[in-house]
Amino acid sequence: MKAPFSRILTAALVAFGIALGGCAASPSASSAPAGALAKDTKAELNYAIWAEAQRPFIEKNIADFNKTYPNIKVTVAVTPYKQYFAKLKTQAEASNLPDVFWMNGPNIQLFAGNDQLADLGGINVDWKNFPTALVDLYSNGGKHYGIPKDFDTIALWYNKLLFADAGVALPTDDWTWDDFNKAAREIATKLKSQGVYGIAADLTGGQESFYSTIFQAGGYVIDKGKSGYDQPASIEGLKFWSDLIKDGAMPSVQVMADTAPTAMFSSGKTAMIYSGTWQTPAYAKDYPTPADLNLVQLPKGKHEGTVIHGLANVFAKTSKNLDAAKAFAEFLGSKQAAMTEGAAGTTLPAFNGTQDTFLNAYPNWNLKAYTDSAKNSSFPYPVSQNTNAWANLEAELLSPGFAGAQPMDTAAKTMADKMNTLLAAEPK
Amino acid sequence: MTAARMTSGRALGARSEGLRRDGLRRDGAWPWLFVMPLLTGVTVFYLYPIVATLWMSLTKTGEFGRGSRFVGPANYETLVTDPKLLGALGNTLTFTGIVLLGVPISVLLAALISRPGLRFAKVYRVLYFMPYVAMPVAVAIVWKMIFNGEYGILNYALRSMGVANPPYWLSTPGVALIAVSILGLWSSIGFNMIIISAGLKSIPVELYEAADLDGASPTRQFFSITVPLLTPSIFFLSVMTGIGGFQLFDTIFVLISPMSPAMPSTKSLVYLFYQEAFVNGNRGYGAAIAVFVMALIGLVTIIQFRLQRRWVTYV
Repeated sequence: MKAPFSRILTAALVAFGIALGGCAASPSASSAPAGALAKDTKAELNYAIWAEAQRPFIEKNIADFNKTYPNIKVTVAVTPYKQYFAKLKTQAEASNLPDVFWMNGPNIQLFAGNDQLADLGGINVDWKNFPTALVDLYSNGGKHYGIPKDFDTIALWYNKLLFADAGVALPTDDWTWDDFNKAAREIATKLKSQGVYGIAADLTGGQESFYSTIFQAGGYVIDKGKSGYDQPASIEGLKFWSDLIKDGAMPSVQVMADTAPTAMFSSGKTAMIYSGTWQTPAYAKDYPTPADLNLVQLPKGKHEGTVIHGLANVFAKTSKNLDAAKAFAEFLGSKQAAMTEGAAGTTLPAFNGTQDTFLNAYPNWNLKAYTDSAKNSSFPYPVSQNTNAWANLEAELLSPGFAGAQPMDTAAKTMADKMNTLLAAEPK
Repeated sequence: MTAARMTSGRALGARSEGLRRDGLRRDGAWPWLFVMPLLTGVTVFYLYPIVATLWMSLTKTGEFGRGSRFVGPANYETLVTDPKLLGALGNTLTFTGIVLLGVPISVLLAALISRPGLRFAKVYRVLYFMPYVAMPVAVAIVWKMIFNGEYGILNYALRSMGVANPPYWLSTPGVALIAVSILGLWSSIGFNMIIISAGLKSIPVELYEAADLDGASPTRQFFSITVPLLTPSIFFLSVMTGIGGFQLFDTIFVLISPMSPAMPSTKSLVYLFYQEAFVNGNRGYGAAIAVFVMALIGLVTIIQFRLQRRWVTYV
C-alpha cells in the first residue's frame, strides 16, 4: 500500500498548497502620448467585464475601434460579478491584471490607492463630457483613473397583468411607502393561490433594495468613516423589507436564496421588483410579453431618493501594451462608443447627451424614471477605502434580520459594530 | 490475486532496494535526468506552494500582497479563537461522515451488479459511473434546481405525495448540510464502485465454490468471503473519501447562496479559507487555515493507517 499513500498525500498537499507568487509590479510600459500611436500598431488587449448581456455592444465597439487600429486585437472575458473582484485581486497580486477592465465605486479606491491602475492624464478625452460626480468617483489624488462608462439608478418595475388580475391600481411616480405597501400586500393576498408575490428584491446587497430605503427613511450607510446601520432611521429603512416578508407580501429570504428575485419577476411570480438600469435588457429578453411590464420612480418615504452609481473602464498599470490600451481608452471615451452602448439598450451611457439613445431603445417603457430620479433625488453609492470588506458582510449579517430570526435592531447593531471595526482598520 | 500481488510487490521492493544502491554508483546523474521532468513539476507546483503557504501563514499580507510582514504565530492564535472555525470543522466532519456511508453502499451495489448472469450489468455500471465523469459544478447546478424549495422537482414530488411543507433544502439550517452531503454521497458512488468491482474480480471463484459445497448461504458468503477480501479496497476508499471530504468546497459554493440563512451552518473549512483568502483578501490568515486543514488531513490519514492493521485482511 505504499504507492497509494504517497499519491494520496501529494494529492492532499497539492489541494491545499496555494501558489501566490506575487512579486511587486515593475511597470515596463512607457507612457508616450497615446494620440501619437501608429495606426498599424500590433497589440493584444484583454478586456474583463462581468455582464454577458453587454457583450454584443462591446464587440461592436471593438469592431469600430479596429477600423482605426486594425491590428490591435481586443479579447473580451466575462466573469460573473460575484467572483469578479476576487479574481481581479488575485490577478493583480501576480501582476497579471487584464489590460482593460470594468471598475465600480466600491473598488476604485482600493485599486487606485494601491497603485494598480494606469494614470489616464494626457489622453485625448474631454472629461467635461461626463457627469462630474462620476469623473470624481474615478479620480484619486487629482489623477484620472477611469473613463466613465455608464450610470445607473434604481426604479420600481411592475407587471401590468398581475396588477389587473388583482384589481389593484398601477403604480405612479408619486407613490409613497404607504401606497406601495398597501398594493404589495393586496396583490400577495389576492394572488396567493397562484404563488404570486407583491414584491421581490435583491437583499444580498443594498444597491437594489435597502440602500435606497435607508436613505428615504432619513438614515445613512456610511458617513465620515462611521457606519450608519445602527441609526434608528436606517433601521427603519431595513424594516421596510423585513415587514414585507413578515406579512407575506415578499417571498421569504429562503425562497429568494433559492430563486433569484429577477428570475421571479421575469417569470411572472412577483408583481413588482426594485431593479437597476442594467436589468433592462434582461427583462426585454426574458419576459415573454415585455410590453406588459413598465417602471416608475421608487416610492418615497420621508425623502425621495435612489442610490446612483456608475461604472468605468480602467486600465492596468502593469499592462504590456499600455499605449494600445490608451488608444482604446480614447475610443471608449468617445461619443460614438457611448451612442453604440445606448442604442444597444444595455444601460444608460455616461457621456452627456447620449442618454436618449437608451431611452429610445424601448419605446414601450417609461425608462425616464431612471434619468428623472437621477436628476431630482439621487444620492451616491456608499463607499469607503475598502468597501467590500464590510459590504460583503451585509448578506450574512442582515439576513437573519430580514428572515425574522433576529430582531432587525440586533442584526443592524451587529452589522454596525463589525463595519466600524473594519472602517477603523482602513488606512486613513 | 490480491495476495499474490502483495507478496510479489514486497519481494520486488526488497530486490530493487539492493539494485538501487548499486545503481546509484554505476549510473551517476542519468537516472536523475530521467526523473527531472516529473521532479520539476512536483517542485514547482507541489513543494514550492507548500513551503510558500507555510511561510505565508506566518505573515500578515497587505492589499494585493504588498507589504507583507512577519507576525509569527499570530494567525494561528486568531484561528483557534475564531468562533467560525469550530462550526466549519463540525460541518466538514458531518459531511465527511455522511459521504463515508457511500463506501458500504457501494460494496452492496457492486456486489449486486457483479452477480453472474445479471442482465444489463454494463448499463448499470455506466449509470453509476456517470456522475464521476460529469463536471462537478455542472452536476451541482442541476442539483440546485432539483433542491429548489419553491419550484424544485424534489419538493414537487414530495408535495404530490402529500407532504404539506417540504423543507427548503438549500436554505434551512441543518437541512442544507444534509442536502450537500446527499450530493457528495451520490457523486462518490461511481468511483467507489469501480474500485470495489475491481476488488471483487480478484476474489478467487474457488472460494465461493468451496463455500457452496459447505452449504453457506449467499448472505453468509457475502459477509464471510466477499467483505473480508474486499477490506483492502474498502480501506483505500475510506482514506480517499476522508481526504476528499475535508476538501469540500465546490458544491457549497454553487449550491448555497451567500444570503441563505443556512450558510453559517453549512460552511466548510475550505469555504472559510476561500472567504478569508480570496474574498476578504487576508492571504496570511487564509494560509493558516490551509495549513490547519493539511495537518488535519495528515492526522486523520495517519490514524486510518494505524487502525487498518486491526481490520484489513491481506490474504
